[in-house]
Amino acid sequence: MESRALPNRLGLWGWLGGGRWGYERYLYTLHRLTGLGLLLYLLMHIFVTSARVFGPESWEKMMEAVTGPAFKAGEYLVFAAFAFHAINGVRLGLIELGFLVGRPIEPIYPYATSVGRQRPVAIAVMLIAGALAIWGGLGFILER
Amino acid sequence: MRDRTLWTWHIVAGLVILVFLGLHMTIMHLNSTFPTFNNPAGGEAESWVNVAWRMKSLFFALTYVVMLGAALYHGLYGLRNILFELNPGTGLRRTINVALSALGLVLFAFGAWVAVAAPGVVSRMGG
Repeated sequence: MESRALPNRLGLWGWLGGGRWGYERYLYTLHRLTGLGLLLYLLMHIFVTSARVFGPESWEKMMEAVTGPAFKAGEYLVFAAFAFHAINGVRLGLIELGFLVGRPIEPIYPYATSVGRQRPVAIAVMLIAGALAIWGGLGFILER
Repeated sequence: MRDRTLWTWHIVAGLVILVFLGLHMTIMHLNSTFPTFNNPAGGEAESWVNVAWRMKSLFFALTYVVMLGAALYHGLYGLRNILFELNPGTGLRRTINVALSALGLVLFAFGAWVAVAAPGVVSRMGG
């Protein structure tokens, strides 16, 4: 059967690479990857935390099954993924609603582009997400 | 339902998650650097005493159900959009819609039952 999709001649780079779209495109890829990771975690989390409804023994047993450095590291990754996905999601929502893109103006040199207006916000988003990830990391270290 | 409506709900669900999951993450993972009132026994947020205290709270039961619904909708609708970008045929689109909706409804029913039944479990144990 003939495929209706355009062939991806660039392979993996075609999916992951930002090309001339700049690093907002990498934020887009990371937004998707963190979103899929968080969804997968949510599906497992629903079953793991349901142990509480069967009483304290069941809860303690489940918590013992999900302890250890690997689970702790995984939990931290979920926290960092949430921090990025949430803050970047706010940026995407604001852009979608027409904020941060600027008014249309005459193309007179030096050109002011919409991407140029959005970039400081993208940088701020990265800094806030990074600060939250470090804060969360501190919390995980102090909890041990 | 039109895609524009579904997309609007996707954004609204994202805002709900931002508030409630932000609160959830603060209580569960920032407890050592930003202590909240929701872990009365102190120590780990996932210890049974703290979990039982939150299980009895109507506020937590309600917010768990709202957050569960918003997170399942936001996540599964996002997955649907990614799958639809692969340009599936009409039959496969319908299958994806039905499968993801059914998965979401089953998980929501199970998770909501847990949140609603939880206070009774603590009461029966004399909590």
